[in-house]
Amino acid sequence: MGRIARGQPGHVARAEPDRAELTCQELVELVSDYLEGALSSDDQHRFEAHLEGCDGCRAYLEQMRATILAVRGVTDADLDPAMRERFMDSFRDWRSLRDV
Amino acid sequence: MVPVDRAGSPGPALPAEGGPTDDAGLVEALRKGDEAAYRALVDRHTATLLRLASMYVSNPEVAADVVQETWIGVLQGIDRFEGRSSLKTWICRILVNKAKTAAQHEGRTVTLSDLGDDGLAPAVDPERFHDQGPRRGQWSNPPREWDRPEERLLSKETRAVVERAIAELPTNQRLTITMRDIEDLSAAHTCSVLGIGDGHQRVLLHRARTHVRAALEAYFSDVTETA
Repeated sequence: MGRIARGQPGHVARAEPDRAELTCQELVELVSDYLEGALSSDDQHRFEAHLEGCDGCRAYLEQMRATILAVRGVTDADLDPAMRERFMDSFRDWRSLRDV
Repeated sequence: MVPVDRAGSPGPALPAEGGPTDDAGLVEALRKGDEAAYRALVDRHTATLLRLASMYVSNPEVAADVVQETWIGVLQGIDRFEGRSSLKTWICRILVNKAKTAAQHEGRTVTLSDLGDDGLAPAVDPERFHDQGPRRGQWSNPPREWDRPEERLLSKETRAVVERAIAELPTNQRLTITMRDIEDLSAAHTCSVLGIGDGHQRVLLHRARTHVRAALEAYFSDVTETA
């Protein structure tokens, strides 16, 4: 990932964030935009530069990724056969009218 | 006589073996009155439709009625479907219209415009950051990595935590996370079904996901401490 270099040659200022750097508190608000690919390329660089030097934010990002996976895991029970039959009846009604 | 090379095979272009799975094939088959194609659509999308309907109406029977009306609407409108959106998006949009009408009859109104203050709530409790000094805005109480997330995230208990967290969300956030993350609709399709802009959609998704994350974090830290 040779990405950190841009705009901030080599140093990761942890104790005294300069104006261009994101704080952790700012970063957590940008996580969804980051995951959606909606950040400007400047902001994306700032985001990734911050991650390089911040364990807490890396853990946070991973938790958000894991959260999305967990939400995806919420799937539905199988369709109730009686309900499906009801919807199939609608189809047969429709087709018989259409065939007339 | 028509030259032989004019058409590859005689007869109507019926769906190939196994039935059509792509939108165009399904639409084509449905227009011809193909029951199997309809059944495939019902099996594939009914759960999604019920889930969405139940966000607008509280009575499960009314939600089922809304889904039935949606399928009737799909059949009646299939000749007019132009394929400008995906079939699923189109079906969801029909559902949302039917569900809104049913919600009005039920005396519930759901508006997506009332973004309200849920758009301003922070993703993470401000108490977890330093609020002054040179470390202002940095974690004072950072999140810890979750242990073995892949196993634990798929457990029944975790799923219950996630479902409860989603149920607590304001309707607009609940709809958005349901469409995006449960039903796996694209951002563009979600915007189109809900009639909202992309930026608004991202704010809602962000709020919803951060709420679920916080619920999972609380749950996992409890489990770890009591284990």
